[in-house]
Amino acid sequence: MPEKLLQQEIKFELNGKPYSVVTHPLTRLLDLLREDLGFTGTKEGCGEGECGACTIHFNGRPALACLIPAAQADGAKITTIEGIGDEDELTDVQEAFQRYGGAQCGICTPGMIMSATYYLENPDSAETMQEALAGNQCRCTGYKRIFDAMEKVLKND
Amino acid sequence: MSNSVVAPEQKEKQRAEAGLKYVGKNLERQEGIPKVKGQAIYIDDIQPEGCLYGRTVRSPEPRGEIVDIVFEPGIPWDEFVIVKPEDIPGENICAMIKNEIPFLADDEVKYKGEPLALIAHEDQQMVDRAINHITVKMKTDGYPAFFTIDEARSKQQVQYGEDNVLCSYQIEDGDLQAEFDKADLIVENHYKTKAQEHLYIEPQGIIAEVVPGEQVTVRGSLQCPYYITGALANLFAIDETSVRVIQTTTGGAFGGKEDYPSILAGHAALLSLKSGGRPVKMVYGREEDLLATTKRHPSDTTVRAAFDKQGKMLALEMDFALNGGAYPTLTSTVLSRGLLHSFGPYNWPAVNLQARAYMTNSTPFSAFRGFGAPQSIYALELLLNEAAEQLQLDPAELRRRNFLQPGDSMPTGQVIKEQIDLEQLMDRALEKIDYRRKKQEFAVFNRENDYKKRGISLATFFHGSGFTGDGEEKLASRAGVKISSENPLEILVANVEFGQGIHTGFVQIAAETCNLPPELIEVIEQDTDKVPNSGPTVASRSTMVVGRLVQDACEELVEELKNTAGLPDDFTTEDFLAASKNYLNSYGELYKEVQHHDPPEEQWDEENYRGSAYSGYAWSCDVVAVELDMIDYRVKITDFVSTVEAGQLINPDMAAGQIEGGIVQAIGYTLFENVVLEEGVMKNNHYADYIIPTAADVPSIDVEFIEFPLKNYGPYKAKGIGELPFDGPAPAIAGAVALALDKQFITLIPLLPETIHDTLSKLEETTDA
Repeated sequence: MPEKLLQQEIKFELNGKPYSVVTHPLTRLLDLLREDLGFTGTKEGCGEGECGACTIHFNGRPALACLIPAAQADGAKITTIEGIGDEDELTDVQEAFQRYGGAQCGICTPGMIMSATYYLENPDSAETMQEALAGNQCRCTGYKRIFDAMEKVLKND
Repeated sequence: MSNSVVAPEQKEKQRAEAGLKYVGKNLERQEGIPKVKGQAIYIDDIQPEGCLYGRTVRSPEPRGEIVDIVFEPGIPWDEFVIVKPEDIPGENICAMIKNEIPFLADDEVKYKGEPLALIAHEDQQMVDRAINHITVKMKTDGYPAFFTIDEARSKQQVQYGEDNVLCSYQIEDGDLQAEFDKADLIVENHYKTKAQEHLYIEPQGIIAEVVPGEQVTVRGSLQCPYYITGALANLFAIDETSVRVIQTTTGGAFGGKEDYPSILAGHAALLSLKSGGRPVKMVYGREEDLLATTKRHPSDTTVRAAFDKQGKMLALEMDFALNGGAYPTLTSTVLSRGLLHSFGPYNWPAVNLQARAYMTNSTPFSAFRGFGAPQSIYALELLLNEAAEQLQLDPAELRRRNFLQPGDSMPTGQVIKEQIDLEQLMDRALEKIDYRRKKQEFAVFNRENDYKKRGISLATFFHGSGFTGDGEEKLASRAGVKISSENPLEILVANVEFGQGIHTGFVQIAAETCNLPPELIEVIEQDTDKVPNSGPTVASRSTMVVGRLVQDACEELVEELKNTAGLPDDFTTEDFLAASKNYLNSYGELYKEVQHHDPPEEQWDEENYRGSAYSGYAWSCDVVAVELDMIDYRVKITDFVSTVEAGQLINPDMAAGQIEGGIVQAIGYTLFENVVLEEGVMKNNHYADYIIPTAADVPSIDVEFIEFPLKNYGPYKAKGIGELPFDGPAPAIAGAVALALDKQFITLIPLLPETIHDTLSKLEETTDA
């Protein structure tokens, strides 16, 4: 458990803005984002790096915020669901999820959209769409409409 | 018969002729945009000012008497709020169907992990550390425990009633002995299914705030707001109107948030009371959620059926047993639904169907999508495939010769009044998957290949919408609609959205009835201070039962506007808005509330267990092709087709989303999901140790809806479909695996590679059931 004595200043860029926080180096980045900074769009489903609900972009690549200690974020560039697109508009991926039924209960959706967005921008990062999303579990949709939404974005529909 | 089925292209035409403008359209999810933007607020996203974090002290033993709860040194216990049973102001009973579940065990502990006491502190890390510094001392001598149906049945120990039976039901119909005497073939087998974890991605969570002596307010992830008001009124010995329950965005439920949130809400509220009224937050971590919350009932079923040599079904005998766990929860209704789906969509001249649920010292099992039906349907459908092999009939042909027809009676005496055509439903699925050709090709493939084997099979089934029997009449749900000064139309219901799309559906129903664009309609939040009790969000009832109430309330509202505000008989949107304005100016807000009553022709005799078990049924056929790896025994689903009849679809895309999601959850149940019970609790209570289907595991699933002309019951003739898709995949997949294994039937799910290996090796199975 982080002791108050062990505190460290950590500076990083979050959703395009600079941040500096003082925290224990082993604070989970997930808690730092959600509790200290109020970015609750990143969700916790398991706390052990299995479900993918806490997927963010960390230095430009998908990563699990529940597995990253705060100290590792020093100097990093981080994007959460709140930093995707602008405040009022939906991105193409968000629009497609909404239109084609990619979200049901919505708890996996922010993480899923972070992984989907990365794959659609970097189609060489995985062999298939299925593989690109295999680390983000959804218990509602059966994934079909998530794939449909991504296909539509790929085809620019 | 074939002309009674509406082809897809005709459906659109009929809809246009019927004048449907909003029902049957793919309106986008009403609450979807905040979800895709990460702005939807779930319970764990809320941090109230001055909040305490609660944890639960649990029993380390499956059975025994609490001797002492030792708070070890090294923790500043004086800073903690601690709740024990003696702090409970009202009854220490969480009222469900039978009043037998304590919020905190204070006498005899009945399962490992049972809640005993509660602690809370304002520092979450402190409370998480402290929970590991509490030792529960128990007397276990003289308290032997048992965990399986077999042990409960043996009556070596009796812990409940005279025979450990929590509840039982029976259906008898026709002359069983006479039919068995006529039989050319009698087939008997024994089937087991294991527990299943809901694994909603959002764990259970509640925030409670008590104003001592006045009000209890609870927010959280839940399915049934008005179950919690009742449970907490009893716990606090206060009037139900003093309990306020507000649902937060709920990250999946599947039945797992039907009854358990009442217990968790009680715990958080007790801590809040003891703290003098501070808000208390209890959100389970994944390990605690897996360990402590309910699961799908394990089952153990013996089926014996008689056929003549033409494949006519003559008689069905079933002994259907569920492991209920330590307390009754909702088990009696799960068992009842399981039994009422056990005979399938077939014409049986005689049946004797027995159902019993047994008490064991396991974590209580309770509601999970399908609600007992998946277990009994699995046993029946797999047995039919075995019978078909022995009769040298194709499994589809055996079903074809026995399907229920309009006018036939189910074994409960319920007459089929709608124009069902199950043959058409099945044939369409067979045609889409190219069943005949695949079956021939697979036979050749299996002769030529040693390391891969292929199989194809099917299941046909139904699922009843709404509460069983007279349950809806007893619930007497109320729903309202309102023209208010804020919104052109408000919908007031207690049924929550947890992903199924029901709020979008309600909006479409109201839009249709009031000729109002959906964007002018608001679903009021599920806050018991604001909405009437339209019943729990369970049992595939929201669309059919509550949707119908929304339609009826809208019709009354329209009628009122016609009578008092000049709305013409044939009205446009502008007419409706003008009349609403007239009404508001003259009389103020207009609120119409209606209450459910079963139609007179839908009566149920609970004592004799006969009559109309459900007032609407949805029908389906699943056909599945698999490839089995004979080296590692992994099953790969190569094709999956599901045809579904659910009446008029309110929103076809969302309906398909329910079917697809339900099928994938059922594929997990059949192939991957293994709850390992040790001393009655989930031993593998880590996310990493419980495998659910990922994006890389799912086959392409082809869903097609067919519509039978039917009696007018649900809103715009819609029926419920939330649970239906869970019923078919297990037997269809197991049947396909059996064909791949050259007709060796495996009668235990999940069909893990080791299950297949062990069965083939004739090793003794060990199960947790």
